[in-house]
Amino acid sequence: MPIETLVTIGVFAPLVGAAIAGLFGRRIGDTASMAVTTGLLFVSCAVAWTVFYQHTWGHMEAFTLRLLPFINIGDFQSAWSIRIDALSAVMLIVVTTVSALVHLYSWGYMADDPHKPRFFAYLSLFTFAMLALVTAADFMQLFFGWEGVGLASYLLIGFWYKKDTASAAAIKAFVVNRVGDFGFALGIMTVFWMFGTIEFAELFPQIASKAGTTWHFIGQDWSALDLAGALLFVGAMGKSAQFLLHTWLPDAMEGPTPVSALIHAATMVTAGVYMVCLLSPIYEYAPLAAQIIAVVGAVTALFAATVGLAQNDIKRVIAYSTCSQLGYMFFAAGVGAYQAAMFHLFTHAFFKALLFLGAGSVIHGMHHEQDMRKMGGLMKLLPITYAVMTIGTIAITGLGIPGVGGFAGFYSKDSIIESAFASATSGHSPVAYFAFFVGLLAACLTAYYSWRLIFMTFNGKAVWKEEAAHDDHHAHDAHAHDDHAHDDHHHGPLKPHESPAIMLVPLLVLSIGAIFAGWYFAPEFIGHHEAEFWRGAIFVGEHNHVLHDSHDVPTWVKWAPLVLTLIGTFVAVWFYILHAGLARRMADRGGPLHAFLYNKWYFDELYQATFVRGAKALGDLFWKIGDIKIIDGLGPNGVAWLSQRVGRRLSIWQSGYVYHYAFVMLLGVAALLAFAFSLAS
Amino acid sequence: MPMILSIVTFLPLVGVAAILLTRAMASSSEAPGLDNRARWIALITTLVTLAVSVVLVAQFDASNPDYQFVEYVPWFAGVAYHMGVDGISILFVLLTAFLMPLCIAASWKPITNRVVEYMIAFLVLETLVIGVFTALDLFLFYIFFEGGLVPMFLIIGIWGGQNRVYAAYKFFLYTLLGSVLMLAAMLYMFATAGTSSIPELAQYAFDPNVQTFLWLAFFASFAVKMPMWPVHTWLPDAHVQAPTAGSVILAGILLKLGGYGFLRFNLPMFPDASAMFAPMVFALSVIAVIYTSLVAFRQTDIKKLIAYSSVAHMGFVTMGIFAANATGVQGAVYQMLSHGIISGALFLCVGVVYDRMHTREISFYGGLTDRMPRYAAIFLLFTMANVGLPGTSGFVGEILTMTGVYQASTWAAFGAATGVILSAVYALTLYRKVMFGQITNPKLNDITDVTPLEIAIFVPLIVGTLWLGIYPAAVFDITQASVDQLVTTYQSAIGG
Repeated sequence: MPIETLVTIGVFAPLVGAAIAGLFGRRIGDTASMAVTTGLLFVSCAVAWTVFYQHTWGHMEAFTLRLLPFINIGDFQSAWSIRIDALSAVMLIVVTTVSALVHLYSWGYMADDPHKPRFFAYLSLFTFAMLALVTAADFMQLFFGWEGVGLASYLLIGFWYKKDTASAAAIKAFVVNRVGDFGFALGIMTVFWMFGTIEFAELFPQIASKAGTTWHFIGQDWSALDLAGALLFVGAMGKSAQFLLHTWLPDAMEGPTPVSALIHAATMVTAGVYMVCLLSPIYEYAPLAAQIIAVVGAVTALFAATVGLAQNDIKRVIAYSTCSQLGYMFFAAGVGAYQAAMFHLFTHAFFKALLFLGAGSVIHGMHHEQDMRKMGGLMKLLPITYAVMTIGTIAITGLGIPGVGGFAGFYSKDSIIESAFASATSGHSPVAYFAFFVGLLAACLTAYYSWRLIFMTFNGKAVWKEEAAHDDHHAHDAHAHDDHAHDDHHHGPLKPHESPAIMLVPLLVLSIGAIFAGWYFAPEFIGHHEAEFWRGAIFVGEHNHVLHDSHDVPTWVKWAPLVLTLIGTFVAVWFYILHAGLARRMADRGGPLHAFLYNKWYFDELYQATFVRGAKALGDLFWKIGDIKIIDGLGPNGVAWLSQRVGRRLSIWQSGYVYHYAFVMLLGVAALLAFAFSLAS
Repeated sequence: MPMILSIVTFLPLVGVAAILLTRAMASSSEAPGLDNRARWIALITTLVTLAVSVVLVAQFDASNPDYQFVEYVPWFAGVAYHMGVDGISILFVLLTAFLMPLCIAASWKPITNRVVEYMIAFLVLETLVIGVFTALDLFLFYIFFEGGLVPMFLIIGIWGGQNRVYAAYKFFLYTLLGSVLMLAAMLYMFATAGTSSIPELAQYAFDPNVQTFLWLAFFASFAVKMPMWPVHTWLPDAHVQAPTAGSVILAGILLKLGGYGFLRFNLPMFPDASAMFAPMVFALSVIAVIYTSLVAFRQTDIKKLIAYSSVAHMGFVTMGIFAANATGVQGAVYQMLSHGIISGALFLCVGVVYDRMHTREISFYGGLTDRMPRYAAIFLLFTMANVGLPGTSGFVGEILTMTGVYQASTWAAFGAATGVILSAVYALTLYRKVMFGQITNPKLNDITDVTPLEIAIFVPLIVGTLWLGIYPAAVFDITQASVDQLVTTYQSAIGG
């Protein structure tokens, strides 16, 4: 089969699955819907690996397949296309692999849900939109995929639509992403008028010619490429939940856990990173925009890690962890190491999906309890979950010995930190030192909150036993965090249990990725084969030697992440193993710092008080004062009032018979005809 | 087909004649049968009209930017029965013919009072509206343009809600102001240029000072129709009072008369004035987008909310038109077509629950998804289309008009882009309040999902929205030549 046919099948298979399950789900039944969507996803996954293999180790060249024109107005040319190159090939395998495993996992996780066809249809729809995003050959299809995944995210966060918190979180996700898309759209328009094209293949070769020029935008002259780059990055900030536009991601945990693993950890939220790497030809000539990316990424990495320290909901900890890891990816791209950013995106997909699905297994086993304070001692009851989550944690903390090896995160995260250092010392990016130190500090925090999660969940006292024994006044609290709305409320003593095989198999597969993906793929993504692996899909300017230099950083830089990770790990051991209960007592005692972190730096409160309240107040003002008092008061109602005063002759206008109005209209037409005739004669 | 434009325009009147004939022949005792006969005649007439307009589009030569299927019968003193369509107007003819059968079908059950008159009003309305898009003579245009309001008044005034008189009055007052000014301008143009032919007037170079006044006169009329801020307040009232099908036509087609008017008159005939007033139009458009979006967010009546959202969406149209580049104008035309389908569909969505519960109060509803899963899917699709999600027709018009206006004013593009955020806020909030959550109102417990008839009405709209969202190139192929000619002529007029 020609490769073009193959990739077309691969991209559209999930859409077919979504359509079948979505439109005919009730007719064909749950099992058929699940089987069709999952089966087609595995088809897609097989295609993706074939493409990746052919492109990386075979003789396949990058190509773009044009399927159908989309918009064709003068220079504004866009087509539905499938663009295959190293970047999209990497994303194809990430998306389809995690998605296929998540489909499979959901057979078990969603077993009791009454709306399975709808769930699987949404999952497959998401996958299709994501594939459209990563294979886009122009900005319009990129935007289509971009908002398409946003739609799927909205639908899946609000999947349990009866729950108020879920539907609120769904709107929040959509709207905050729209704030990002506001910048993204303006960025696309800027690119279009600057270059007269929105097609990547036509755009990229022209970029160098615009370096150093200025561009007029909302009353200011800006450095042209920096402006375009910064506006486009606003879109990435929304999609990838970066600082200031991050607030939707923790709330998105209202969705079922498989969704969190697929969309809000492994794939959709990394779309922003993918976009920045795809647009490396712009950012290589937009130093200021690149610095903004590095700073925002670094700030996010640290900010989210600090919030993660104090959260008690198992999914929220992982959500903030995701936010923080995305920050790493961005600052890697911002300091010029796009390859390292993509590599971390790749490895992160495995271990973060693993952690989320592992957390899902815990939640499933705990009958939809998500509060880690009510867990503990699950090690023996959920041994496989415990093992795979430990693997995930080792991977995310980047544990490994420089020069020897380690789990997946070790390769990618250390590469990012070393790249930041290399970028700083070579003077490539003036903000790289900041990113470097923040990256180190965040690594320490990552180790702490990641192990804290493991210890609170699997080690120590089995808190759930005591709770079940004497009271259930926490039941309502638990209910608020409950994944399922009402149908699944448990009664009687809690018996945590290991998950069924259909959930464990995806976990084991992802564990393999979390262990080996770094070691196996490092030479390709960031090592000696880097140039032939990417083959120009990532553009690196001639003065950018960051990745190359990152291999030759001083020894202390290579060892620093390990040391800080160990410190973080040790602190977690100290608080949760050696002095179990100490952290809980400190948290209960409170203190402003804990409150600040626990309340997520009060961003939600701030936004509520300003934007939400502001929009409501303005809406009321415009409506009740602007429209009713001023416009209607001076306009029609004023005229009515006036006509009453002026005399009865005008009152025919408000006498209420539409026939009068019709009559007046006809009179007008008659007058016109009379006038025309008078001219004629 | 010879005289195809006259056929497509006046075919609905044949239906009117048929209905009148059946009534004249019937004895008074068989009134219910008469109602049904009127429904069927109206439906068949509108379907045949649709078929003819499809033939029209199929025979249209898209590579030719000029008017086609031209019919010319002189009347007197240069005034003529002059018809023709170009790549822009032909699509509005199609849109009208497409929405009309759906309106008739949507009125099938809900309208039980004076059915015969109702169907006649709709058929007359169809003739007059199609006439607006096919007329190439100034006065013929005026007759259709103003005449179209009469059946609309009647539809609101007779089959409307409680407060229909106030709504019709407001509608009338605003419209009258614009009409009088436009008529005066038309008479002046006729006297000065010595012709009432729209194509000839588009060639005539009016003195730039005079253009200012003529532009303002036409602007007054079309701005009310759009409607633009601040002459928009008649629209929410008119919508709330109008019966469902009336709202569909009002939002779907009558609002487009304003945008069409700008494209036919203001831009080509008064290019200097258009260039001069463009910044003002941008300002009003951006205000419309932001202001009415925020007002929509606070509405408690579903129909009012959608009406305000229409005003916001029309803001994109006006700004795209006066951006006066190919991207902006194409986007504006597209936005009008797309909004015709989407807003029509949204008003039909409101009609579905209104017919069952007889209220449009948002707070009355909540949790409908549980009882009405099919309706939930349909309403979601059109909500997303209204929000401008890529893949639906709503996206294409918005992104193109914003891109177009970016060239003329980055401020306008910047302001309009905030509307992209706000539309998500009000539309998704509405959807959440009506569809999500638990059912708390016991009256909703027995609410039934959409019927097969309702689904049959929605299916063409769903197909239209998605098709226009995925393959807009098909439409641009038709509009391109005419829009390019319009834009090039305009640019050379203001350049030289």
